[in-house]
Amino acid sequence: MQTYFNEVADHITSLLQGNEAFTCTFDGEESDFIRFNQGKVRQAGAVSQRSLQLDLIEGMRHAAGAIVLSGEREEDHARVAGLVKDLRAQRAELPEDPYLLYATEPHDTERVDPSRLPDPVAALGEIQSAAGPHDLVGLYAAGGIHAGFANSFGQRNWFSTHSYNFDWSFYHATDKAVKSGYAGFEWDPSRFQRKVDEAVRKLDVLQRDPHEVPRGHYRVYLTPDALNEMVGMLSWGGFGLKALRTKQTPLLKLAEGEAAFDDSVSIAENTAEGASPNFQESGFLRPDRVSLIDNGHHTASLVSPRSAKEFGVETNGASAGESPESLDMAAGGLPEEGMIERLGTGLYVGNLHYLNWSDLMACKTTGMTRFATFWVEDGEIAAPVNVMRFDESLYRVLGSNLAGLTQERDWLLSPDTYFHRSTHSARLPGALVEDFAFTL
Amino acid sequence: MIDQLESRFRAIQPDVDFVSLRYVDERHENLAVRQNIVQPTSTSRDVGAMLTVIDGDGLGYAATSDLSESGLREAVKRATAWARRTQGRGVADFGSMPLDARQGEYQSQVGRTWDSLSLKDKIDLLREHAGRIKKDDRIVDWVAALTGVSSESLLLTSNGGRLHQRFRFVVPHMVAIANEGTETQRRTLGGYGMGRQGGLEILDEIGFTAAPERLADEALELLSAPDCPEGTMDLILAPDQMILQIHESIGHPIELDRILGDERNYAGTSFVTLDMFGSYQYGSELLNVTFDPTRTDELASYGFDDDGMPAEREYVIKEGVLLRPLGGRTSQVRAGVPGVANSRASSWNRPPIDRMANLNLEPGDSSIASMVQSVERGVLMETNCSWSIDDSRNKFQFGCEHGRVIEDGELKHVVKKCNYRGISATFWRNLKGVGTAETVEVMGTPHCGKGEPNQMIRVGHASPTCLFGDVEVFAGD
Repeated sequence: MQTYFNEVADHITSLLQGNEAFTCTFDGEESDFIRFNQGKVRQAGAVSQRSLQLDLIEGMRHAAGAIVLSGEREEDHARVAGLVKDLRAQRAELPEDPYLLYATEPHDTERVDPSRLPDPVAALGEIQSAAGPHDLVGLYAAGGIHAGFANSFGQRNWFSTHSYNFDWSFYHATDKAVKSGYAGFEWDPSRFQRKVDEAVRKLDVLQRDPHEVPRGHYRVYLTPDALNEMVGMLSWGGFGLKALRTKQTPLLKLAEGEAAFDDSVSIAENTAEGASPNFQESGFLRPDRVSLIDNGHHTASLVSPRSAKEFGVETNGASAGESPESLDMAAGGLPEEGMIERLGTGLYVGNLHYLNWSDLMACKTTGMTRFATFWVEDGEIAAPVNVMRFDESLYRVLGSNLAGLTQERDWLLSPDTYFHRSTHSARLPGALVEDFAFTL
Repeated sequence: MIDQLESRFRAIQPDVDFVSLRYVDERHENLAVRQNIVQPTSTSRDVGAMLTVIDGDGLGYAATSDLSESGLREAVKRATAWARRTQGRGVADFGSMPLDARQGEYQSQVGRTWDSLSLKDKIDLLREHAGRIKKDDRIVDWVAALTGVSSESLLLTSNGGRLHQRFRFVVPHMVAIANEGTETQRRTLGGYGMGRQGGLEILDEIGFTAAPERLADEALELLSAPDCPEGTMDLILAPDQMILQIHESIGHPIELDRILGDERNYAGTSFVTLDMFGSYQYGSELLNVTFDPTRTDELASYGFDDDGMPAEREYVIKEGVLLRPLGGRTSQVRAGVPGVANSRASSWNRPPIDRMANLNLEPGDSSIASMVQSVERGVLMETNCSWSIDDSRNKFQFGCEHGRVIEDGELKHVVKKCNYRGISATFWRNLKGVGTAETVEVMGTPHCGKGEPNQMIRVGHASPTCLFGDVEVFAGD
């Protein structure tokens, strides 16, 4: 596919006229999807897709368009030629773009991970076998993911990986379930079995009568999955320069020194240890690491080329959306072992669900507990809890009320499959928090 | 392309019980002006086909962007392999539910076509509108935007079915951001809910031209407005919040695939169970909700769903009683209950699942003035800005951009940070007033997410202004 993309890029080059330049990106995947309900197959199939995004530039005028490629050379050359013609016509009607910025110094990169994926039939058999008598529901997604960049200055970047992501739940009844995920590049049956065994153990606890937690403030332990949901809210306009300069970031008070997180809170975009490409759509390479919050204080923003031009700063290789793709939150000092005892009396929150801002400028989010969330009493898991709504400011959760972060961290590969399979990831610790507000 | 696809489909018929081809060709044109600067325009064309095979009791699909005969042949081979791999392993006997051999056409009704204005004219229109938003130094960011969408689909079946549909959509957007110190407020044109099926006539229908100054004024006013009052009180919701309330706490919970458990690992389950249909009092007697893909102007209007079932208007809730779920043909067979024609896929690369399409709250007989007059203490809230609900679609908390206090039957001052929370199962029973047809607005969202693999799809909602009693209302921090 890399060779094919390079041929397409060469074809675009051959179509340029006068002083035209271009940048283009490529996305492709060949995926198998198996959807389960009650341990049985709900839908199963395969998706093969490849798309090209092209920005045709002349001076400070440009027009961008995307098309699907078929994989057949003759057909795709015709589609590309049609796109170039359309964009040239559109560009003539558009004004100059003062914030246009793209890489002109070529920096080639290549990352190609060979496939070590299991045969889909074997994966299906193993999953159904592991499900056994349990009510398993979820999605197995696997296959190749490819991304490329090319421009008229001769730069070529390529990223190709083959991964699987089995995201599933074991249900006890109604909304009582244990959520699990098993993602990676090489399927390890024994590791998968350990995940299944761990889920089954938690499932046993869910069979106890649920505990009804009244509204109030409680000491909670947020697992890395749960913390990922909260910190993930900051990815929604929290870390970008445009959101900061236009006063829309929920971290405005942090950036302006009116609020701070605990000293133990450090967050970075860690491209080097993530699963996403190290290049972006205008051809800029991402540094291995961009520190966003260091020891509780705002340090930098993610800066797209467009924001760089608009606000007169250097880009750090962020995509147009200026959101982290490989979020990395530093570990703390609490050992995960013994966390239930350390929690004492309170809630062990396995997962959170459907978060949104309830007061953006106060960095306050609301959402629900979900899946394996337990009432803990005197250092022992007592019972599952019925779902509870929380409404809390991250300035308290990661600031004044933070009792500690765990030494251990989980690496979570996003199971998102909107439009295409995601390569975003997050590495986070768990968090012990005092006085966490539950409201409904 | 349509003719070629039909002949290619005939040429690749495999030795299986049933095969279908669903083709989608969708084009988007996104235009935006931010801070009076024309943003990079983007056009896109997404074309491909999904081949679905039923063999024995197994069903498999394969989606491809290679529409050549060899590409389709390879896809049908992969779909056949998945159908055979899953024989005896499925949630249902898919062999008992091949699609009907139905034939038909559908086309959006369009007044002024998207192309009736040149690209330059559309850009000029947006520039003019954006320029009117910046009326004060405290307006720190502002955008006027338009998206035009054209979409064509073809569903062919091996038993002779042929359904051809052509759609046109326009999705306008406008926002004003005001800031003072670390206080930032935004006003949008109906959230992101102003999209409709049709053409540029939509801009006149939704008040696009008058919006810039109003949004700027209201964002500025919110900067110095007091917080929303707290307490249990009456709540009047404008249509641009009602659509969210309907979507999250009626639409999703009555989707049949959620009730059957398909969505439990992702979007969630439902507090609604199959035994509730026909008897459960979902809301007060004022609550009447229809599933209506036949209404021409909403985002999810169509002639046939993606399983080829003909679109029909159905009451899902009448006089407060829950009547039928939102479930397409596959879910109806699995559950053994009647549903609606709502089996839909987001594009060629995702299989159809149960979606809500157009879900509308039918108008009542209350004017806005009469509803306000009936309130001793309450808030009128407009424009959704925050939404969160549990995975059973029961405990919700929603937020609005703009509120006005109501005291002793009169509208008073503007308030900011407007939130309210409740429980679906009891909230709708406190519906005390439903606005007349004059208060109805046709809205919707292009961004309803659901499914594994994930799918984002257009849904439409039309609603009047409504009044609720005994709602827990509060502000932010």
